[in-house]
Amino acid sequence: MRKVYHRIIQIAGNVITVEADNVAYNDLAEVSSSLGTSLAQVIRLDNNKVHLQVFAGSRGISTGDEVRFLGYPMQVSSSENLLGRVFSGNGVPRDNRAEIKDDMIAIGGPSVNPARRIIPKNMIRTGIPMIDLFNTLVESQKLPIFSIAGEPYNALLARIALQAEVDVIILGGMGLKYDDYLFFRNTLDEAGALSRTVMFIHTAADPVVECMLVPDMALAVAESYALKGKRVLVLLSDMTNFADAMKEIAITMEQIPSNRGYPGDLYSQLASRYEKAVDFDDAGSITVLAATTMPGDDVTHPIPDNTGYITEGQFYLRNGRIEPFGSLSRLKQQVNADTRSDHRVIMDTMIRLYADFKETLEKQSMGFQMSSWDSKLLKYGDLFEARMMDLSVNIPLEEALDLGWTTLAECFDQTETGIKSDLLEEYWPK
Amino acid sequence: MQDNNTGTIVGVNGNMLTVEFDTFVTQNEVAYAITGEERLKCEVIRIRGKLADLQVFEETGGLKVGDKVEFTDELLSVELGPGLLTRVFDGLQNPLNDLAEISGFFLQRGLYLPALDYEAEWEFTPMVEVGAKVSAGDYLGYVMEGIFKHYTMAPFKLKEEWEVTEITAAGKYKIADKMALLKSRKGEEITVTMVQNWPVKIPISTYKEKILPQKPLITQQRTIDTFFPVAVGGTFCTPGPFGAGKTVLQHALSQYAEADVVVVAACGERAGEVVEILREFPELEDPRTGRTLMERSIIICNTSSMPVAAREASVYTAVTLCEYYRQMGLNTLLLADSTSRWAQALREMSGRLEEIPGEEAFPAYLESVIAAFYERAGLVKLNSGELGSVTIGGAVSPAGGNFEEPVTQATLKVVGAFLGLSRERSDARRFPAIHPLDSWSHYPSIVDDESIAKARQCLSRGSEVNQMMKVIGEEGTNIDDFIIYLKSEFLDYVYLQQNTFDDVDGATSEERQQYVFAKVISILDAKFKFTDKEKTRRYFLELRQIFINWNYAAQESNEFKELEAAIDAKMKEGTDA
Repeated sequence: MRKVYHRIIQIAGNVITVEADNVAYNDLAEVSSSLGTSLAQVIRLDNNKVHLQVFAGSRGISTGDEVRFLGYPMQVSSSENLLGRVFSGNGVPRDNRAEIKDDMIAIGGPSVNPARRIIPKNMIRTGIPMIDLFNTLVESQKLPIFSIAGEPYNALLARIALQAEVDVIILGGMGLKYDDYLFFRNTLDEAGALSRTVMFIHTAADPVVECMLVPDMALAVAESYALKGKRVLVLLSDMTNFADAMKEIAITMEQIPSNRGYPGDLYSQLASRYEKAVDFDDAGSITVLAATTMPGDDVTHPIPDNTGYITEGQFYLRNGRIEPFGSLSRLKQQVNADTRSDHRVIMDTMIRLYADFKETLEKQSMGFQMSSWDSKLLKYGDLFEARMMDLSVNIPLEEALDLGWTTLAECFDQTETGIKSDLLEEYWPK
Repeated sequence: MQDNNTGTIVGVNGNMLTVEFDTFVTQNEVAYAITGEERLKCEVIRIRGKLADLQVFEETGGLKVGDKVEFTDELLSVELGPGLLTRVFDGLQNPLNDLAEISGFFLQRGLYLPALDYEAEWEFTPMVEVGAKVSAGDYLGYVMEGIFKHYTMAPFKLKEEWEVTEITAAGKYKIADKMALLKSRKGEEITVTMVQNWPVKIPISTYKEKILPQKPLITQQRTIDTFFPVAVGGTFCTPGPFGAGKTVLQHALSQYAEADVVVVAACGERAGEVVEILREFPELEDPRTGRTLMERSIIICNTSSMPVAAREASVYTAVTLCEYYRQMGLNTLLLADSTSRWAQALREMSGRLEEIPGEEAFPAYLESVIAAFYERAGLVKLNSGELGSVTIGGAVSPAGGNFEEPVTQATLKVVGAFLGLSRERSDARRFPAIHPLDSWSHYPSIVDDESIAKARQCLSRGSEVNQMMKVIGEEGTNIDDFIIYLKSEFLDYVYLQQNTFDDVDGATSEERQQYVFAKVISILDAKFKFTDKEKTRRYFLELRQIFINWNYAAQESNEFKELEAAIDAKMKEGTDA
């Protein structure tokens, strides 16, 4: 039996300080107070002073309360029985079913050796033309959806999860509205996907420290499944809440903030989560899709800015549509050469013409003359938005390519598209 | 000095340990924190009274107050010797492939392996005789490492002259075998092997003098070589927001730059990008040597999820390897992607040390640290009279794409060329997105100054006309201005833009650049007699298309000659009209 300590000498924010010996960094402790028992994690050692962040928050903790050190760091079960279950940020079931304690593994494990990574090569089909055709999602990619509050990013995540051909879906919810949690659960349930889903849910009403655990819990489970050969898709929503929780703890610990109050290690912290995305040589893979809401729609805010430097591209979700400009899948080159011979050409041509359309719109709004070319572009732009950008469109890549050719043929003659003649011969609608 | 100098941990804060020591410690010496079976490498970064602060190159979970720390009395060093080329190291020079053989998919904490292969045998040829006088950095013999003569040198740490008292005969040896014995005037003896250690944070300075870098380092990137050249032994930086193509540009440089040895330091960036280099370089051919690109490369790989303190060490490890090969009379190129991540590592540690922060919480010594790093570049005259060089190119990832931030500003002060990547150009898919008006270089170009001035004038005038047209529309612009605008666009499309992914267009040799640029200048000089804007636009579009096809044609091919003739014909058509 481990020793119980009674001397809490400081309570500030969600961090308590207790005097204790022989405590290891990162280890867990149980704090029992009149409001119940909560887990806490060691975040700093200073002689015999031990600083702990309390997952349930420090409210109601008294200086005379008990702290019992468990002697191990945060763990999560990696059992197959997790499938179909819902947990809170610290791994406690939220679905009134039994706790799972087998195959426990530590969270936040070591980094994958770069020498053992492979170049990703499998496309993930989503049925969304703006993704499949223009910015193809690739297995093992890490990609955020940059958006603002109010945009349907959770609906988009859920839809991609359901349509993607993956073995396991792991949802990490951070600061989710309860309604959004129910939305995810019901959507996955209706589609019959709940049995291959594990959820770690931190809702906006839960203690903020638990929010910080969610990505590590979700990714540790994902990693153990991937090592067993499963293709895992991890959804994280919303990473901005995760970063804000980190900021809160950093300020409590009196760390010197770097940019807008965020800790100096924001980049490293985000990177160590996103970099868990991987394709294993002879096992499964982890693909990470995250929602990042941009405070004030400002992409230079530290959270989206640091995220953009870490991830392999980004999707901008604006006005309910994935923006063709700015959105980028850095891995698309790895796969879109092998889908169909016209994939890259349609991708480039349609985007180029849509950019011309945007310019024409600007000219129109300034009151300049519209040429016949301009009116062709105006027609094209409307069709492009309705057929490709509208998120309700749900067609496989091949059909989207064909629709692309049809749209081009309806608006332009062959030479105006600037497409090489051999491809025109093969694909131009007769 | 005594062995077994130890201490005990009294505090743990992230990756910083506070250690109470028994006797004495040295600033920046390496120590090991011992937890159970694991020995975690650390570096002393501050000493106050009986307490030393150490940064740990690993995760610190599980360490306890009271755990033992062993000091080594050695500064953080790298192993230098034959067999470094083709290898992939982490920031502390652990060979990643060997680590993978032991620990599998994941990097195991506390596992350190020798950087070099101590079993491999090399064919040694001695170059000195017994009785010869040598000083630090002098060649004693050599082995062939690929196409290079890899010299075994008198240790860099030697002071004054030493006498060779033994030298091994030609033959096959392992790198730790005794190659020579040296004796100083005072009678001290030192055994020389093919390997020597050198502390990474101290520049290797056993050369006669530094020389002003003047000769261009051909990168085969037209915008760089012609407009913003980099000199052999010079420094440059490529700042840019995310998505502007920094990494693609760095990859292009690592492939096409005409350096003998290229060291790529992937410092705190995406692992996926390094994997592309790791998998592709062994396949790609270096056109200058006919060997694979890997045979001239060393990759230092400390990606963003690997321990932060080792990230800080990785750029020093990389530059030390460059200096080592420079000592053999080679031209080396260091590409560091990205120096901002290195600066952030400094910031994290400074925060833990609770130092008074400077701008954006970067430490006050940021500027001097960056300056000292870039100063390790240079063209030098070695003791042998040969020239060797270290060229440093650093990618910078400014927060929010704003060049006013401290790391970009500190870097701009000390580099010789600034290749600023712009979001505006990358959004318009004009690659490489090096901004032609904002960037600069202090080094001489491969073409004459007059032509360059003419081309830049055209670009800046074109940009002015473009701004004006946005307000008054095309209708309100006069035809002469309109032609200037079209000329600047033409120059941009056919010369500044370059398709890295194309085999021919991706790399343009020095001669071809000079040839093509002369043609471009003749078009910029030409007086076109157009009156109708729509016709003019169409004409330039057509001319541009032929020219782009010309860029894609191999220089010796018939197609190249035909397209050149087509360009001349088209020009005649425009000037006669």
